[in-house]
Amino acid sequence: MIKITPRNDMILLGGFILAVLTMPIWLTPIGAGYPDLLQRFAIYGIFAIGFNILFGLTGYLSFGHAAFLGVGSYTAVWSFKLLGMSVIPAVLFAVITSGLFAVLIGYISLRRSGIYFSILTLAFAQMSYNMAYSVLTPITNGETGLQLSQQDPRVIDSLFGVPVTEGIPATNLFGIEMSGYPGFYFCAIMLIISFYISMRIFRSPFGIMLKAVKSNSNRMSYTGLNMRPYTLTAFIISGMFAGLAGSLLAVTDPLAGAERMQWTASGEVVLMTILGGVGTLIGPVIGAGVIKYFENIFSAFNDSALHDIFSFLPDFLENAVVAVTGLFVGDGWHLTLGALFVIIVVFLPGGIIEGITRIYQRVTRKKQINSVTSTEAQPGE
Amino acid sequence: MGILEVRDVNKRFGGLKALDKVELDVEEGSVHAIIGPNGAGKSTFLNCLVGLLIPDSGAVTFNGKSLLGIKPHEINQAGVSRVFQTPEIFADLSLLDNVIIPTFAARDGAFSFNAWKRVDNDNEVHEKAEHMLEEIGLIEKKDIIAGSLSRGDKRRLELAMCLVQNPKLLLLDEPTAGMSRADTNNTIDLLKSIGGRGITKVIIEHDMHVVFSLADKVSVMAQGTVIAEGTPESIKGDPRVQEAYLGGAHL
Repeated sequence: MIKITPRNDMILLGGFILAVLTMPIWLTPIGAGYPDLLQRFAIYGIFAIGFNILFGLTGYLSFGHAAFLGVGSYTAVWSFKLLGMSVIPAVLFAVITSGLFAVLIGYISLRRSGIYFSILTLAFAQMSYNMAYSVLTPITNGETGLQLSQQDPRVIDSLFGVPVTEGIPATNLFGIEMSGYPGFYFCAIMLIISFYISMRIFRSPFGIMLKAVKSNSNRMSYTGLNMRPYTLTAFIISGMFAGLAGSLLAVTDPLAGAERMQWTASGEVVLMTILGGVGTLIGPVIGAGVIKYFENIFSAFNDSALHDIFSFLPDFLENAVVAVTGLFVGDGWHLTLGALFVIIVVFLPGGIIEGITRIYQRVTRKKQINSVTSTEAQPGE
Repeated sequence: MGILEVRDVNKRFGGLKALDKVELDVEEGSVHAIIGPNGAGKSTFLNCLVGLLIPDSGAVTFNGKSLLGIKPHEINQAGVSRVFQTPEIFADLSLLDNVIIPTFAARDGAFSFNAWKRVDNDNEVHEKAEHMLEEIGLIEKKDIIAGSLSRGDKRRLELAMCLVQNPKLLLLDEPTAGMSRADTNNTIDLLKSIGGRGITKVIIEHDMHVVFSLADKVSVMAQGTVIAEGTPESIKGDPRVQEAYLGGAHL
């Protein structure tokens, strides 16, 4: 087990920063080194980091976190429409609004724990989703989704005399357009900040109290700790992270639709966190990356691509193989995701991080074959 | 005037009268044992003291403050700690973390949003927690996950978690249940050694050996009410107690 010390944390943070900023280089060989996908890695990494602060530390499984993602996106697009194309107010307002939403939903949902909590959050998210489609159409623009238009007021931009362009202007940070690589680096910096905040929380007295909630909430109250404000604060922080992720989705592609709030999106972040490693610092980011990568690879395949791959086989065999594998790619990629998830939960309940820890242990154990190993390692922290 | 005063406490579960006009006075700094046959209402009574159950009527006053109608964490913050019959610990955290959590709770109160400092930089809390573990004899195991401890060690850990808070009143629910004779004697020694801290203790116990080695005063409960009270010696000879407790056999 690697000991948790300030020095080791700094090494981990340093490694993380390096790995994130060089993503365009080391992900190119596996075909993931283009800005659109890299942006999604960073954005969903933030989403999963935030989700893990709630689920990983307190054990409260929210099944409605996509609601905050959606709120973040809508707020950001409204900020672009009303205030201007700068990303700073968009991100700030999105985080604040989703935080307020989290206060409301969290305050009610956290009156229950376990499965009832999950159901309550799911209900709230589905309510938000349906309201975005129906009564809230003036705010969300219903099925079409909220988009920018030439006629938007953009008061700050017009105040500062930003020249009106022919088409719809692009989102920017001090004049740098937030598409392509600049967009990725903006998201990457947000990811690094999120990771750092999450690390501070994990190592803080507040974080240890959240772990206490998960471990034994009874003992916690008989120890003189009031559980409610702890879980609510964790819920709000987690909702704000989701709002940040939602705003970044709007920053890189300025439109927002209700489908972003659907339960499948809430389920996806649960999968990411579990796949990577619940309650570990880095696991959720890895889980988010893996899922978004596979989604990209597998959903891009179609039958003709499969025919190309298996063309070396005799015709009748080729058709059979394509028919079977075809189920797992393209639109059917969720089948692959499901299978992957089952394998992880059954064989590696601690996720990818547990896998890495096991390999690490096996290697170090071989080195010191004579020394007696002492304690079971905790899934990598 | 005791540190803990219980007046006319009643608790009913449906048709069953679990507590019937319970009266109790616990002197500050004393060890007060509550004994009685199974089903006498001892655990129900303890649950009423820590806010797990709310009595139907009556008054519980601790240090001049009523304990009724306030939440478990508020009762603890008022200075009451409890050791449970089955140890309630943070099973998937390290021993050190198990003791650090109550240390923080005692210092920073029921809620504090301290999310930016590092736990391992808080020397005051660390020293206090490690000192406590040393006293209780678990310091070598401080990095082990608490769930992997033996039952006896779990109890000791739970006791450490309570003691590190410097409670005014410590409630112990059968602290030696299921322990070997050797472990029981260790626990007795441990409880005696912490006697000097001036912590008032209320112990529920079946084991007479434990009761007679520790208690200053004994209350006997039967059928939801206190039937006798006195020093261990006077209780030993009380015919009512022998009747209720042992069905007439001699202690």
